[in-house]
Amino acid sequence: MNHSRSWRVRSLAAVGVSAALVLAACGGGGGETGSQQGSSNQSSQAAFDAASAGIVNPSDKKGGTLKFANSGDWDSLDPGETYYQYSWNFARLYGRALMMAKSAPGKEGAQVTPDLAEAPGQSSDNAKTWTYKIRKGVKFDDGTEVTSADVKYAVLRSTDKQTFPNGPAYWDALLDLPSGYKGPYKTPNMNTDSAIETPDEYTIVFHMKQPFAAFDYLAQQPDTMPVPKAKDTGAKYRNSIVSTGPYKFADLQPGKSFNLVRNDQWDPATDPNRKALPDRIEVSLNVNADDIDNRIIAGDLDIDVAGTGVQPAAQARVLQDPNLKANADNPLSIRLWYTSIAPTVAPLDNIDCRKAIQYAMDRTGYQTAYGGQFAGGDLATTLLPPTIPGHTDFDLYPNGQDHKGDLDAAKKSLEACGQPNGFETNIGYRAERPKEKATAEAFQQALSRVGITVTLKPFPQGDYFAQYCGLPPYVVKNKLGLCVNGWAADWPDGFGFLSQITDSRVIRETGGSSNISVRIPEVDQMLDKALTELDTNKRNQMWGEIDKRVMEDAVVYPGVYAKALLVRSKNATNIFVSDAQSMYDYVGLGAQK
Amino acid sequence: MTLPPEAGAEAEAAIPEAVLAGAGPTEGRSLGQIAWMRLKRDKVALAGGVFLIFLILVAIFAPLIVKYLGYPPNEFHQELIDTAGGTLEPIGRFGGMSWDHLMGVEPVNGRDIFSRIVYGSRISLLIAFLATLVSVTIGTTLGIISGFLGGWTDTFTSRLMDVFLAFPLLVLAIALAGVFPDQAFGLQGNQLRIALLIFIIGFFNWPYIGRIIRGQTLSLREREFVESAKSIGARRGYILRTEMLPNLIAPILVYSTLLIPTNILFEAALSFLGVGVRPPTPSWGGMLSDAVVYYTQPHFMFWPGMAIFVTVLAFNLFGDGLRDALDPRANR
Repeated sequence: MNHSRSWRVRSLAAVGVSAALVLAACGGGGGETGSQQGSSNQSSQAAFDAASAGIVNPSDKKGGTLKFANSGDWDSLDPGETYYQYSWNFARLYGRALMMAKSAPGKEGAQVTPDLAEAPGQSSDNAKTWTYKIRKGVKFDDGTEVTSADVKYAVLRSTDKQTFPNGPAYWDALLDLPSGYKGPYKTPNMNTDSAIETPDEYTIVFHMKQPFAAFDYLAQQPDTMPVPKAKDTGAKYRNSIVSTGPYKFADLQPGKSFNLVRNDQWDPATDPNRKALPDRIEVSLNVNADDIDNRIIAGDLDIDVAGTGVQPAAQARVLQDPNLKANADNPLSIRLWYTSIAPTVAPLDNIDCRKAIQYAMDRTGYQTAYGGQFAGGDLATTLLPPTIPGHTDFDLYPNGQDHKGDLDAAKKSLEACGQPNGFETNIGYRAERPKEKATAEAFQQALSRVGITVTLKPFPQGDYFAQYCGLPPYVVKNKLGLCVNGWAADWPDGFGFLSQITDSRVIRETGGSSNISVRIPEVDQMLDKALTELDTNKRNQMWGEIDKRVMEDAVVYPGVYAKALLVRSKNATNIFVSDAQSMYDYVGLGAQK
Repeated sequence: MTLPPEAGAEAEAAIPEAVLAGAGPTEGRSLGQIAWMRLKRDKVALAGGVFLIFLILVAIFAPLIVKYLGYPPNEFHQELIDTAGGTLEPIGRFGGMSWDHLMGVEPVNGRDIFSRIVYGSRISLLIAFLATLVSVTIGTTLGIISGFLGGWTDTFTSRLMDVFLAFPLLVLAIALAGVFPDQAFGLQGNQLRIALLIFIIGFFNWPYIGRIIRGQTLSLREREFVESAKSIGARRGYILRTEMLPNLIAPILVYSTLLIPTNILFEAALSFLGVGVRPPTPSWGGMLSDAVVYYTQPHFMFWPGMAIFVTVLAFNLFGDGLRDALDPRANR
């Protein structure tokens, strides 16, 4: 987790604006559900994966206590500097951003809905200016009313990456901030109206450097949760957060535990999105991961906050016991595990040689390497996971009934490429990741069937993108034809998912590229065009077209759409997984006792 | 776990001198014959020795053994894995053990563990033997020179040994193996990794044997036969070769035998930490490291662990026996 987050942040900082939009590969991300949610919003009986399809144990009963545990610690509880999916999910309990990911099962949960704002953003100036009206009567937990200045302050302070290194970096890249602006601590007197205006107490206007059609997704980030300037303590604010949501902090012991208790200043009349069922939420930090699994199975604990699924020990136990399995969920996430095929490395500069790899690889081997159909994920044939709007099902390189590879087609492609006896190439992967190692070994095995000899090249993950797979001259020099990789979006949106891995302009010859192999000028243009399209449906359709165009070039081998195996709490009610969170929706949960 | 035994730390052993009694006619027996006789009586050491010969044969004939009793070591057998249930554990009891797969198969990819253990012995023994050779060569040379010449040479060499002994070897090995490029000195890939491991393990372990040789040389140099050789005008080189070296053979042999198992363990530790040979080449340490994640599948860890354990034990038993046999003054 951590590793991917840190490189994500780094890559952002260095990338230009358009690039900055999306990031991915976050570690905490879990999965969500998408495919099987025909019946969203209906209550379901306790059955395997029921919470991905609807609400398990629906309830409106208030009261009770939920117990959460985290095998590590938050990067930060400060809404201005947190970047884990689970943290964004959880932050909605104590803070109200302008928009929020809807607390609803399945696909509905992928939508954003007004939270602190009265309505979705109004755009003008060709999607470069966005205006929000905020609700009246929303109060901090000390009783003062939230104004647009508090939101502006919160966004501006989050741009200070020296004080808040952990958070996303969209605002500094996208907002039209005056040059030399270093955040409200270091440059307190600078006029920032060119970036954010607050014409009155309930109106806030954002000015961007470039069109950004899906702005509402930005406005749902926790860094738009208001922060009162008078009570801001900079980097220490994470331990004394002033709440605007239905819960506030109590007994916070950094690195150990904290509780959320009801915030009496929260007025349900201003908040159509939250039921706020439990009276109290207790969170323990730095608990052994296997211990967490066992306690959830035993019923002592309700939720593993990270939401990335159980450990291998519990996985085998849950899958083998029908009773345990009936109380587990298996949501699909917004993450794709894939392998890049570098068109810069001979003979893979020939599309037919790339196709030979597409046909010859054993896709089930890829799935098994990542943990199989439950803990690993579903077989992927496209870039966009089914949980991201715009995904369409297509398979340009069908690899046989059993998905173990179509060797005849592969041999034909090899002949077309002029390498009928196969060729030699190398595969890079992150040495610290056993699943990537297993994937590389699976490639070696599967491709050897058609004479393609693959040599494994493990690299340290800290420098994987900076010095190895993400450094184009190194890739060419060392003939790294294949690089094992993965990507997840910050929110379920095509741009968020695609831009950093398919836009050839984010490839940096000096290293650090998240896009390793996609160099198609046409795709760059398609991305730019989609960015100015304000109609959501049309935009989503455009993402699907980009996906297909990239696959036509055979420069990416999609492996699996990631899934997580989650164990359902015995005490919790109203349990469901939303597409945006890819894990249980923490705002929706209630407690029996 | 990875440090070679301190010189003379375990001063056990030695068959009582009764060996000589009851052994028939008392006419001339060479030191070698006496040692061999003592060794033959030490059944434990002999068993260790026999096992080592067996192991070396296994390593040499690995391709043949695997051809008849196993499968190619990197071949996947995912049909033997529970992919339908999603646990990815081998189907069947004891990790899928059967006549086809004598030690079962690995979870996830279903590789035959028996074949990987057999091939893994090659890596372990190759690295351990060659690294020991490097240590012994450097250690003996510098040890003899240091002990025989004395003076500033001795001071310098001894301080050098102190420096090497104080080195945090494991940390250094990890760092070195981590930053080393993929190609160097005309070698690449696994060849380079193996050469690098041999160098790291061998080069930094020489002071252990060097110290022992120096100590032996110091005492030998004052002995009468050396004095007499000197007095009749023998040159230094001659004395070193013909008077000293033959008398040092015993400790060299003993400590080599005891150094090999520590080197096997060290190689396993490095592979375990991910700086050993490159996957998918099987090595015992690497297999252990793979198995850690699957601690619910004990068979996966059992076999490589057992292989390391038995091999190290056999070397140690044999080495102890050899020392007892060669050093009549050591007492049990």
